[in-house]
Amino acid sequence: MLELKNISFEVNDKEDKKEILKDVTVKIDDRFIAITGPNGGGKSTLAKIIAGIERPTRGSILLDGVDITEKNITERARLGISYAFQQPVRFKGITVKDVITLAAGKHICTKEACTYLSEVGLCAKDYIDREVNESLSGGELKRIEIAMTIARGTKLTVFDEPEAGIDLWSFQNLIKVFEKLYKSVKGSVIIISHQERILNVAEKIILVSKGRIQEYDDKNKILPKLLNPAKGGCKFYKGDAYHG
Amino acid sequence: MDNQQSSLLKRISDWNDKEGSAVNIRANGKSVIRNTTENVSILTKEDKEGIDIIIKPGTKKENVHIPVIISESGMSELVYNDFYIGDNADVTIIAGCGIHNDGDRLSAHDGIHTFHIGKNARVKYREKHYGEGEGSGERIMNPQTEVFMDEGSSMDMETVQIKGVDSTVRITRAVVGKEAKLDIKEIIMTHGNQYAKTQFEVDLNGEESGVHVVSRSVAKDNSKQFFFSKINGNAKCMGHSECDAIIMDQACVSAIPEVTANNVEAQLIHEAAIGKIAGEQIMKLMTLGLTESEAEAQIINGFLK
Ligand SMILES: Nc1ncnc2c1ncn2[C@@H]1O[C@H](COP(=O)(O)OP(=O)(O)O)[C@@H](O)[C@H]1O
Ligand SMILES: [Mg+2]
Repeated sequence: MLELKNISFEVNDKEDKKEILKDVTVKIDDRFIAITGPNGGGKSTLAKIIAGIERPTRGSILLDGVDITEKNITERARLGISYAFQQPVRFKGITVKDVITLAAGKHICTKEACTYLSEVGLCAKDYIDREVNESLSGGELKRIEIAMTIARGTKLTVFDEPEAGIDLWSFQNLIKVFEKLYKSVKGSVIIISHQERILNVAEKIILVSKGRIQEYDDKNKILPKLLNPAKGGCKFYKGDAYHG
Repeated sequence: MDNQQSSLLKRISDWNDKEGSAVNIRANGKSVIRNTTENVSILTKEDKEGIDIIIKPGTKKENVHIPVIISESGMSELVYNDFYIGDNADVTIIAGCGIHNDGDRLSAHDGIHTFHIGKNARVKYREKHYGEGEGSGERIMNPQTEVFMDEGSSMDMETVQIKGVDSTVRITRAVVGKEAKLDIKEIIMTHGNQYAKTQFEVDLNGEESGVHVVSRSVAKDNSKQFFFSKINGNAKCMGHSECDAIIMDQACVSAIPEVTANNVEAQLIHEAAIGKIAGEQIMKLMTLGLTESEAEAQIINGFLK
């Protein structure tokens, strides 16, 4: 279970202080949570604070009741937190097999590495020896990023807009990945997304906007509000018919 | 060879005597092991230090090993190796130099290699430089390579200096003939107070000739690196040089490219990028459970592969 207590995050923006997260308090103990909200609302910042990439200005973070606020990225990773970046990182000279092996945290055979790639819809033999460099497209990189979290299989995984750039791959497969992940690790999967089909399989939805949690409730209560702009629904949200 | 020399040899060469290939091992200034084959002869030079390596036309898939090791502190040598590679030959030449210096006197190997590559011949050249030892004596290597490429020939050259060489000045000059292709990859890591300077000078003289120079380097601590490359396009040709460096600590790297087109059909490109390891690369690997220094090591290893 993940608990954020009174998390604030400020940065120095020129002369001014800018508050990107404002007193965020939330308890996550469901298996499948979606976070949604407009661009610039603070979703990725929240994910980085969970992974330890950013340190909150105030507040604390608890994982299974243990305070991890002072733990660094490595320690949190070893405690069972995984984070698939919104913008995956490229590396010169490091191959797909290398990153999957590093993610698995132990020596794995090529065959095992290939199964993770197949799960994200990549033809393993075409990718396994390729470098994770500029030659890969954004969508390919996103899938490799997801394959890395599968290889890690930790109790908490945060995916930051995993659907971006994978239009040609069916959402159904992506959703299968999440379902399989939470079944096998019996932990929580948090997905930052704008996609209806992803929000639709979540148990709960958190709406983040202007650095605050505006709503946090069962999917069935939140989704209708998002879907219907007339009743205050939101433009950021991508339904099946909307590809803005 | 004693144990120290054998272990030094292993650092720079994968030669073993069962291979039956042509070999000349030079240890502390003397040729200690030599083998020639039907197609590859190795002759000691009469007028100066060094050897002539003569490869018959049409030789296929042979390896030639010419490692040099120095384990005596204070040993300094200048050696000339001339390669004559016959037309249509296809060979791999594995050179390399290892210096072990436990003393306080300077040890140095300056090797001048000249390649005469015949028509349509293919040469793969591999070279590893390595230094070790506890003494305060410097370990210095100054290789000079001259390459003359005849019509349709190709050379694929990979040089690696990863550890322990205090000072190196590397000069590579090539004259590339009609339809000949030269590929150079240089890998360098410097640390401590090391100094490395590399200089490439390539004349693309033949129609449809080409060169591709890639330098990947990492400079740590207080080390200094200089990269110079000069490509002259004198005919319809393609030239590309790329210098990519990671800088750390208080190190210094400079890259000075020069491309000159003397022909309207010459196409020349130079790219240079110098920068520290991207913070997001380290962070990504840390989210996989690596420590910061493990992450750094992985990134450098990959980069220098
Ligand atoms: N380190 C930072 N310095 C300055 N501004 C930042 C920093 N990190 C995030 N921001 C700003 O905070 C806001 C929230 O960003 P982000 O968390 O990426 O939003 P989202 O993921 O919801 O689109 C944006 O306006 C962004 O520009
Ligand atoms: Mg974001």
